[in-house]
Amino acid sequence: MTTLPTSTTRKLGLVIDLDTCVGCHACVVSCKGWNTENYGAPLSDQDPYGADPSGTFLNRVHSYEVQPLATSAMPHPAAQLVHFPKSCLHCEDAPCVTVCPTGASYKRVEDGIVLVNESDCIGCGLCAWACPYGAREMDAAEGVMKKCTLCVDRIYNDNLPEEDRVPACVRTCPAGARHFGDLGNPDSDVSKLVAERDGMDLMPEQGTKPVNQYLPPRPRDTLDEVDVLAPLLDPVAEEPKGFLGWLDRTLERL
Amino acid sequence: MHPARSVIAFTTLSGAGFGVLFWLGLGLPDVTGWVAFAFFAVAYALAAGGLLASTFHLGHPERAWKAFSQWRSSWLSREGVASVAALVVMGVYGAALVFLDTRIAPLGWLGAALALATVYTTSMIYAQMRTVPRWKTPLTPVLFIAVSLAGGALLAGQVTAAMALLAVAGLVQVLWWMRGDGALAASGTDMATATGLGGIGHVRAFAPPHTGSNYLLREFVFVVGRKHAAKLRMIALALGYALPLVLLALPFSHAAAALAAISHLVGIAVSRWLFFAEAEHVVGLYYGAR
Repeated sequence: MTTLPTSTTRKLGLVIDLDTCVGCHACVVSCKGWNTENYGAPLSDQDPYGADPSGTFLNRVHSYEVQPLATSAMPHPAAQLVHFPKSCLHCEDAPCVTVCPTGASYKRVEDGIVLVNESDCIGCGLCAWACPYGAREMDAAEGVMKKCTLCVDRIYNDNLPEEDRVPACVRTCPAGARHFGDLGNPDSDVSKLVAERDGMDLMPEQGTKPVNQYLPPRPRDTLDEVDVLAPLLDPVAEEPKGFLGWLDRTLERL
Repeated sequence: MHPARSVIAFTTLSGAGFGVLFWLGLGLPDVTGWVAFAFFAVAYALAAGGLLASTFHLGHPERAWKAFSQWRSSWLSREGVASVAALVVMGVYGAALVFLDTRIAPLGWLGAALALATVYTTSMIYAQMRTVPRWKTPLTPVLFIAVSLAGGALLAGQVTAAMALLAVAGLVQVLWWMRGDGALAASGTDMATATGLGGIGHVRAFAPPHTGSNYLLREFVFVVGRKHAAKLRMIALALGYALPLVLLALPFSHAAAALAAISHLVGIAVSRWLFFAEAEHVVGLYYGAR
């Protein structure tokens, strides 16, 4: 059924730390690697080595430049570069689920994960229209809708060592910028992290109530002395003397 | 939004087709026998032809029958149910008119209501999209229904009704455009809320995720035709509404009526192209586009 559950037992999701993300795209690669050979249809590429390559990705990293406003204390504030990974936010009020005409899209009662049953998907694309985050992509080879499964085939997979039972993007992140857990439980590590760091919803005005949370970048440090070694690096000889002085004067005259 | 040919053909042709069925269901014109057959043939060609065109953009058309199941939540599913119900009821009603010379009036009224309901469900597929502020308004169903009734009246030979409805539909179209031009700004969604970084300062898209294009950009960030939007709006208004009105005001001739109908359909197709091409999906904000 494409009606949404009134509540879910758990709210599994991701917490993404925009302060820590270095924009290395490792999560993009590991996501594509895991998901192209596991749950559902592969994530195809079109013209991958040609002039106009494109393909299906469940996770993409944007980069934004944020320019703070000038103040009297800081007349020329430096712009801040923020790397911004984006995948399905597994919304509580997921508009992509209710628009699905076939019942292929659904939100699980037990953990809140939003999934697509690909054998029921007719590839109408309406769920992608309904998603404000661009989390769903139609696979051009398979004609079905692909989206983040929160690595549902990893997190419950007893064949994997325990430390691997997290989404591939979380497991691979070298900066520790991605965290996985139950955001419905206020005592979970991820919930504590969100409370501590003022985690935020993306596009709250869209009314989707996203489960995934984003931790905003911390304010940048400001230093009075730019470089403590600078006074020691003053040039010793102001005017060249001797042979160099003669060379300098001669070349000036030419 | 990407203006897919199949969806433009579908909303234009089916809208007109279900409009004709609406008037036929009311017994306007009150025809039987082979004359009725001709009217029903035109209506079914448009309505069913449009529906068929809409299946061309599906990734898996062979599973389209599954779309009848989720009418509790999905406007697309409701549209499927309503359209088939309208076509079946009007089919029985039309068969009685054509072959038995009998008008089963209540069946016609039911069919007319279902035809109108089909157009309403089509419009709600778009009007429900919070992600496309230009569409998310009660004016969208008003526009679709007004255009469908006007086009239906035109094709069903209801000259007086067609003239009044064409004027009304043209006015609604202008109002819809005027509201739509400020809709994204009024929605409150911008790059600041999309990224949550607005508190720090002005947000600019620095680098997209990949150097190449992708499904999201192709489907939602279509900007090619917008520079001709003003001209195309005038063409849509002239062909879709003004010229048919003038032709209907002239002394009646079949040639003028046919020209009015063709001009109307072409004008509506242009307006539907704009309906998609001008629509800004909020996902474009993540790419610094709209």
